[in-house]
Amino acid sequence: MAVDVPALAGPPGRRARLRLSALLWRRPWLKALGLLSPPLAAFLLVYVGALVVLFISSFWTVDSFTGKIVHHWTLSNYRQIFDTSQPYLRIAGRTVGIAAAVTVTDAVLAFPLGYFMARFARPRVRTLLFVMVLLPLWSSYLVRIYAWRTILAHDGAINWALNGLGLPDQNIAYTNWAMWIVFSYVWLPFMVLPVYAALERIPDSYLEASADMGARNIRTLRSIILPLALPGIVAGSIFTFSLTLGDFITPLLVGGPSSSFIGNVVYDFIGINANIPFAAAFAVIPVMVMAVYLLIARRLGAFEAL
Amino acid sequence: MIRIRRVHVLAAVVAAALCVPAAGIGSGKGLPTKIGKGEGALNVIEWAAYTDPSFAKKFEQQTGCKIHRKDAGSSNEMVALMRSGGGGGGGQYDLVSASGDASLRLIFGGDVQPINVNLIPSWKQFLSIFKSPAHNTVDGSHYGVSVQWGPNTLIYNTKQVKPAPTTWGAIYSKTYKGKITVPNNPIQIADAALYLMKTQPKLGIKDPYELTKPQLDAATKLLQQQKPLLKRYWNSATDEIADFKNGDVVIGAGWPYQTLQLKAANAPVAETIPREGATGWADTWMLAKRAPHPNCAYKWMAYVTTPQVEAKQALVFGETPVNPKACPYMNKIQKGSCAAYHLNQPLSYYKTIHFWKTPVPQCGWQKSNSCMDYNAWQQAWTQVTG
Repeated sequence: MAVDVPALAGPPGRRARLRLSALLWRRPWLKALGLLSPPLAAFLLVYVGALVVLFISSFWTVDSFTGKIVHHWTLSNYRQIFDTSQPYLRIAGRTVGIAAAVTVTDAVLAFPLGYFMARFARPRVRTLLFVMVLLPLWSSYLVRIYAWRTILAHDGAINWALNGLGLPDQNIAYTNWAMWIVFSYVWLPFMVLPVYAALERIPDSYLEASADMGARNIRTLRSIILPLALPGIVAGSIFTFSLTLGDFITPLLVGGPSSSFIGNVVYDFIGINANIPFAAAFAVIPVMVMAVYLLIARRLGAFEAL
Repeated sequence: MIRIRRVHVLAAVVAAALCVPAAGIGSGKGLPTKIGKGEGALNVIEWAAYTDPSFAKKFEQQTGCKIHRKDAGSSNEMVALMRSGGGGGGGQYDLVSASGDASLRLIFGGDVQPINVNLIPSWKQFLSIFKSPAHNTVDGSHYGVSVQWGPNTLIYNTKQVKPAPTTWGAIYSKTYKGKITVPNNPIQIADAALYLMKTQPKLGIKDPYELTKPQLDAATKLLQQQKPLLKRYWNSATDEIADFKNGDVVIGAGWPYQTLQLKAANAPVAETIPREGATGWADTWMLAKRAPHPNCAYKWMAYVTTPQVEAKQALVFGETPVNPKACPYMNKIQKGSCAAYHLNQPLSYYKTIHFWKTPVPQCGWQKSNSCMDYNAWQQAWTQVTG
């Protein structure tokens, strides 16, 4: 008490503040609670809450006459999705397949670029390369997709170049190939950055030690660099894979007659008859795919590289 | 005592003020008998340019109803917007310019309310088929007022497609394989059904929007056979215009709007209504059930259907008025446009157009509930395109 008396002197506002700070000092858990509760509440309410509502509504149905949701538990949405005579498994397979192809492509493209930036490039060149990798992100995603449309079109830059070389026209526009190219392009920066970060972290001494022990370049790459860069590649792949998995604009703009993604089906079903339960059930599929993907990524150490 | 009394007076004034906007249009069962004073605002869900300032500015000046627009990209988006915020327009929107593939969904979903067409003076001038069409009038109740329409035509490149096509068979045959485009819309099933109605009479299709299970399956099969012949399904009018312009497609289904835009850009295209007839869309301004500004909404419906405004809107958007009195005004703005948009055609021409309506289980021609609803159409469409 004797210690508290001088501290509690002074104007009432200052006294209250001092008392509060003393309380927080004596009870550290109160401090933690105060700091964490706003983000935690947002996380639980907005993020987890939305996912829970999504999951619950996927077990409801819609009255086809009025379009109102019927709160009656049923597995019929899932039964329809997993029915092989229906197109939904094919669409999910296409979505996951293209997402995987885009991820592999971006990893193959990003690794040499990241390696050059991390180990060979001088600071000035490195800055320039960084700017060039990030520059496309300054323009709208839509503008870049439309730009690709003109490049790939029947009378676009690709066919113009092919004709100039005396080669026949290619029909790339509005195919799954076009989607693969465009996705690989738009998500590439998200792979380059973590790969670069992982490669930059490898100490030079490791490579020298490897050389001292007689390993050639290929052996060093295989046994030292790749294993140490793997978490970075996996971290980048989380971005490229999940971004492709959830996209529905690129299939609309550059896709062909068989290019629907999960997102397109979800969008269509919400618009028509407001069949939100079915859309929710189909949207659970990418959530599950991502959950499995993240579990594997964690085992490969991706979260240490983020 | 004085203070309490003052509070009472204040409450009464507030209550009265709240009642005033609803006074002109009686909310509830009875339809209004006159249009009251405007509420100063009008919130619409519309196709882009449906409240184009070139004709809407004058309305705003005359009535004091300031228009707030929400452009929708598709019929599905319109329905979704009307159903957001608890349905009926969410207490936010007053009017929606719904096409025939959305209007019955809104009516049966309880999102729109009946209107008194006697308050729309131009309604009596409409072509008879647009006064009480099946896509906006149910059991004698009008859920809105028809505004404009257009056919779904066969567009083709006059240099590449010779001779000029006369049948929808052109987009189901291998002749132009890889250079065909059709809309990405479940209502496209009706186009296939219309073709089957004329070419395979034994399926017994009476109405391309009222299909039984075997009939829907037959149409789905035709569309599945068509799919490998397509360049793509188009998602927006600009998409189709670009594809015709750069030569990616040479023939496909579209609207007069696309043809006009392409011709304006000097592309070698023409359009035709093939011998099987065509489907068509007709748009309706529908009144939201929970419209906050019903008087302004009525004023707009009355204004937009007058011949002068109908003519202006038709030429802004590339569509045909439902009010034939608009004909001279169209010609005044653009010579020969009344005939170009088929407004001077006899009723027999309109009989070849099958107007979009939402597929519902009740079949008029079968007097039963055995038809496939729009949900089934959507699933069939996903089956085809997925």
